Amino acid sequence: MAATITEKILAAHAGVRSVRPGEIVSCKVDLAMANDVTAPPAIRAFEKMGAGRVWDTSKVALVASHFAPAKDIASAKLMTSMRRFAQAQDIEHFFDVGRGGIEHILLPEEALVLPGDVIIGADSHSCTYGALGCFSTGVGSTDLAAVLALGEIWLRVPETMKIVYSGKPGPWVMGKDMILSVIAAIGDDGARYMAMEHTGDTLQHLSMDGRLTLTNMAIEAGAKSGIIPPDNVTLRYVSERRAETGRDRDFTVFESDVDADYAEVLEVDVDTMEPMIARPSLPSKSIPVSQVERRRVDQVFLGSCTNARIEDLRIAARVLGDERIADGVRLMVIPATQRVWMQANAEGLLDKFAAAGATVSTPTCGACLGAHMGVLGPGEVCVSTSNRNYVGRMGDPTAQVYLANPAVAMATAVAGEIVHPSEIRGEVGVLIA
Amino acid sequence: MPKTWIYGDNVDTDVIIPARYLMTSDPAELAAHALEDLDPSFAKTVQPGDVVVAGANFGCGSSREHAPIALKGAGVSAVVATSFARIFFRNAINTGLAIATSPEAVAATDPGDEIEVDVAAGVVRNVTKGSEFQAEPLPDFILGIVRAGGLVDWVRQRVGAS
Repeated sequence: MAATITEKILAAHAGVRSVRPGEIVSCKVDLAMANDVTAPPAIRAFEKMGAGRVWDTSKVALVASHFAPAKDIASAKLMTSMRRFAQAQDIEHFFDVGRGGIEHILLPEEALVLPGDVIIGADSHSCTYGALGCFSTGVGSTDLAAVLALGEIWLRVPETMKIVYSGKPGPWVMGKDMILSVIAAIGDDGARYMAMEHTGDTLQHLSMDGRLTLTNMAIEAGAKSGIIPPDNVTLRYVSERRAETGRDRDFTVFESDVDADYAEVLEVDVDTMEPMIARPSLPSKSIPVSQVERRRVDQVFLGSCTNARIEDLRIAARVLGDERIADGVRLMVIPATQRVWMQANAEGLLDKFAAAGATVSTPTCGACLGAHMGVLGPGEVCVSTSNRNYVGRMGDPTAQVYLANPAVAMATAVAGEIVHPSEIRGEVGVLIA
Repeated sequence: MPKTWIYGDNVDTDVIIPARYLMTSDPAELAAHALEDLDPSFAKTVQPGDVVVAGANFGCGSSREHAPIALKGAGVSAVVATSFARIFFRNAINTGLAIATSPEAVAATDPGDEIEVDVAAGVVRNVTKGSEFQAEPLPDFILGIVRAGGLVDWVRQRVGAS
């Protein structure tokens, strides 16, 4: 029977020959992840479940990311609870402050997520890992606790929406613009409960960094997961990550059958695409940057699990050139992981940002969710490279957040108002083919 | 009489409980700030047994289980929506917050109507108007979690049985 990549991965993990959309199956989990916000409630639920020990200490990752480094006493206690659990349960992959960073950029770097896996994360952006050709989805703390106890999870097999991108990205167009275009087209729940399978010739122009941005925002379309069938770019990346980390767990490459059933097929022309910007207060309110009102901004945030990889920082630095950040604008630069931070430092990018007047921080989710390191005050306007611009997301409920790619964000920081990067740095292609 | 709180589409988890309050998962502490960025009057005046009626994609956004815990902690007896975001849906089932998907019931609810929800039977009743709506049925597997009293007890039974 013809099947999609998602159906094949779920069938293999449920121990059955095939599965159909709508069916509920129990799947074995290859990696379970939680962070400092979601792990403490998961730990309490796990203890109430009475299992005693986690099912496999090598298949659990705990990451201090959201309030890291601890922003107050209460968040310090959350991290202490996670630290003690990791120690008591002998969790193999515990990433404390200064040892990791934002989980969705960290786990692929660490070769802990691989093609063909089923990954369950207690964080909604766990859909990010699908860029490696695995099934990956976000759950709440109690679901995660059940995985810690049983090593498996019930899942409703999702219908798949296939998205076919064609053409070559033009000047300053990135993975972010592709996914914002899709969300603008289908709406904030346009892919609700579905798997979004990203395909098409455009993907050959996207590095793994760009692809991880594409799958990261599946949740902003309401999807259960995002996935990109593995190709040479994926396999080269996985091979590099395995070599650097010395992790050599086996993996399986799955692909969709040509005659697989799709609930919907969406075609997206990338040749004519411009950098996009989502206006307050929904990701679906995305329009081309050239059509947006040129508002003055108070803050620009370059960070988050969506756009804080090395490619994002390089592109922002290219837009910045030798300019300074505009007077009256605060630029927060938050590299996603220790590894990204050190790479950016070695390339002189952090110096360049700091010299231009930016605040450069240690890795944290912080500003994206209005936790710390760049919380917005009443009425402030911010352009952010993150994934959500909901009311109150980054601070005061009267603050207004626009979502854009790193080139648009940096151009805005330099101009002091929302502008197209071409106005600052000309028509330059940004993608690494 | 229980009050019905009516909201629109895309009520996200950031407005249900903002991240600035996620340093605790205590139901009473979270309840004190439930929905405050959307409706500052909610947490101040909500009474046990009140019902939330909302549009499409209720609970979209973050996976924070603090969202259903905050609503349940505030005394909300059920949420009726046109549709639910999937993580919130799972979290509500797992933590025992009653939910019902019924676009018809949502469309027929006016401010001041009294609403009752029977999750196991999949029925939403508009007591004021005397009308009844069939909610989207829950699969047997999910009803099993509801009947067990939530996922913690469901897993306890399985762990105890093995």
